Amino acid sequence: MITSFLHRAVMQGIPLLFGSTGEIITEKSGNLNLGIPGIMYVGGISGVIGAFLYENSLVDKSNPNAFLIIAIPLLACLLGSLLMGLIYSFLTTTLRANQNVTGLALTTFGIGFGNFFGGSLITLVKTDVPSITLSLTSKYFAKTLPFADKCGWFGEVFLSYSFLAYFAILTAIVVGFMLKRTRTGLNLRAVGESPATADAAGISVTKYKYAATCIGSMIAGLGGLYYVMDYASGVWSNDAFGDRGWLAIALVIFTVWRPNIGILGSILFGGLYIVHNYLNNLIPMNMSTQELIKMAPYVVTVIVLIAISMRKKRETQPPASLGLAYFREDR
Amino acid sequence: MEKTAAIELKNITKVFGQIVANKNVSLTVYNHEILSILGENGSGKTTLMNMISGIYHPDEGQIFIGGKEAVIHSPKDAYRYKIGMIHQHFKLIDVFTAVENIVLGINEGKYDLKAATKVVQETCEKYGFEIDLNKKIYQMSVSEKQTVEIVKTLYRGADILILDEPTAVLTPQEIDKLFAVMRRMRDDGKAIIIITHKLNEVLSISDRVSVLRKGEYIGTVNTCEANESILTEMMVGEKVSLNIARTEPKNAKKRLSLTNVTVLSDDGRSILKNVNFTANAGEILGIAGISGSGQKELLEAIAGLQHLKSGSILYYDPVTGKEENLRDKTPMQIKNLGVRLSFVPEDRLGMGLVGSMDITDNMMLRSYRSGNGAFVHRKAPQDLAKRVVKDLKVVTPGVQTPVRRLSGGNVQKVLVGREISASPTVLMAAYPVRGLDINSSYMIYNLLTEQKENGVAVIFVGEDLDVLTELCDRILVISGGVVTGIVDGRGATKEELGLLMTKAHHSEKEGTAQ
Repeated sequence: MITSFLHRAVMQGIPLLFGSTGEIITEKSGNLNLGIPGIMYVGGISGVIGAFLYENSLVDKSNPNAFLIIAIPLLACLLGSLLMGLIYSFLTTTLRANQNVTGLALTTFGIGFGNFFGGSLITLVKTDVPSITLSLTSKYFAKTLPFADKCGWFGEVFLSYSFLAYFAILTAIVVGFMLKRTRTGLNLRAVGESPATADAAGISVTKYKYAATCIGSMIAGLGGLYYVMDYASGVWSNDAFGDRGWLAIALVIFTVWRPNIGILGSILFGGLYIVHNYLNNLIPMNMSTQELIKMAPYVVTVIVLIAISMRKKRETQPPASLGLAYFREDR
Repeated sequence: MEKTAAIELKNITKVFGQIVANKNVSLTVYNHEILSILGENGSGKTTLMNMISGIYHPDEGQIFIGGKEAVIHSPKDAYRYKIGMIHQHFKLIDVFTAVENIVLGINEGKYDLKAATKVVQETCEKYGFEIDLNKKIYQMSVSEKQTVEIVKTLYRGADILILDEPTAVLTPQEIDKLFAVMRRMRDDGKAIIIITHKLNEVLSISDRVSVLRKGEYIGTVNTCEANESILTEMMVGEKVSLNIARTEPKNAKKRLSLTNVTVLSDDGRSILKNVNFTANAGEILGIAGISGSGQKELLEAIAGLQHLKSGSILYYDPVTGKEENLRDKTPMQIKNLGVRLSFVPEDRLGMGLVGSMDITDNMMLRSYRSGNGAFVHRKAPQDLAKRVVKDLKVVTPGVQTPVRRLSGGNVQKVLVGREISASPTVLMAAYPVRGLDINSSYMIYNLLTEQKENGVAVIFVGEDLDVLTELCDRILVISGGVVTGIVDGRGATKEELGLLMTKAHHSEKEGTAQ
């Protein structure tokens, strides 16, 4: 049971890891993108639309092109979330709109967008259930490492995931390395700490803010795609994604802006998110208790927030200019 | 020594809104020389330099570098032309180390901090900088931060260095060190521009002096042919009388008296120890001391912003003659007692005014409680704002301008104007002329004297001993939270005050009597 719990915890954690890695890059540029839940939602539905169009275009459903069936939803997802990132960047960086308002608006918009197209697709296929199933695409997305079954518990805990899950972990490691050890990372952190300083040092603040937000959005969008295609086995139903987007943002604070910590943090959050199911098997409990336990990730985040503000260590503080627009000729 | 023009400005004009910051400025800087740019506050020195370093873009005029016309659109362009500027507010990232800040924004070669550290270390040795390159900026002193800034520009290969008021934040020893480094850089062939308004520094460091007045270029003189009075005349236009009008106090009656006031800091150190003094109506009481000796806490204690460990603050009401103890009362409670206390704090935009609000709204911070029910009166504060702008000659496009957009001196005038308009019985002003030009400073002195003549007890915290001895009736000297003496302003000497300022001061902190 512990192995299956860990397995489920990882599966739960991967969308959060994508979301938080994307948000960390974004926040390091000083953009507090609260649109992440919406962006992940749009990433999910864009992938669904891509998969739906491809599956419907197939004549012989038993033999799809393995490359296209992966590439089309993937590109659709990246494109959808990129557009969201661009909207956010344009509004906050170019037009210097308030970041919180823009982000919250994007979340509302993204969820509405997803539910609209999700509902449309469900109407199109005329099913009895309020969901659409893309089992063919999901089969490819959910493929685990081939030798996972043969390795016992080790296989279940470490090897039984799809390529996107490993990509999430790889992305977190690469982003962590990039932030800490490369010139791009140094420049990016500088932009988030003090755009005026970065500007005076000859770094294009606008370019970095746009790039970080757009790349961050695309990474976050993959979280939505992973959720639909692997975790939910290709089943899209409106609002099923739940509060995972907000959990991803909470995870950013929990990790004190370090993607590497996010890998373990996302599994912890994933575990805390589903632990009520397992506890329920051990000690049966009523719904309200279960809902209380579901709150655990947020409680942990609040504790981390209190801890970092009490320690007052400069290195664990959010980027100094997070949430602020930059205008060069401002006095 | 061969001298070639490093940078030439021709007819530069820059306008912000309706304020002309620079008008037809032309000047030349040569290699192997230190040029001072001298001017009062708001004369456009910093704006001019920001145009060379790419922060602003001139509206009219041309910049020539090495004889060729240069278009500088961004700080990056400025670096390409080998121009480096050390801003008054350091452009450093607090959580980065010195070396990370130094290599920031350089996109050539491999990213290798260790190799970079070595190269930077060599630069430091060449010019005699002492700095720990792996220290984080937030752990550094102001002087260290400045060193990082200078090393940063040199590392980028700057041949033209601009220093914006570099000495304002340094101790005299640190200033000597900085000047030594500047001379070494000059001898190395660099062109150095230093912005300052301290005449003695201009005379000691520079080869030539260019003077700006109200955004216009007045002229350039060789330092060896200049002296303080020539430069002052160029800077201010007409000769300003250096005498502050001081009237004799009339019926000086007790207004405020502090007994055994002790204030502790958050970590339990005593900031004020058994402070005793009386401030009289119709008198200016000066407070002198090395900065950070407890002046700020003293004023805040009177204003109801500091908790007293012990002691009392008695206020004598001029109308009813009653005594009130202000100890541990909130500013609102103090006001409700009928005590009309006006406070011009040191941190103007932090405690005094709200930067993003306009002048009228800032006036309302004192009168927002008047009005009908939930509605406020806007007419009266607006009239007051207009009156302050007119009477104190505040340079602003209008009363609707956010105060953050005004220059330092004008911000101060708005604040002082508001505080005086409340017809106070006690007026406290902390460093009210800091950062102000000579004319504005005198305007503030006159306003304080006028208040004193109206029977207000004025408490003036100052740093310039010449001003204190000319303006104040009595001067209280504070050192390390202890009152070391109260002397008569007439006849007090700077030496006497300087001695009291350092007396009993266990030299934990660095600081100097001016």
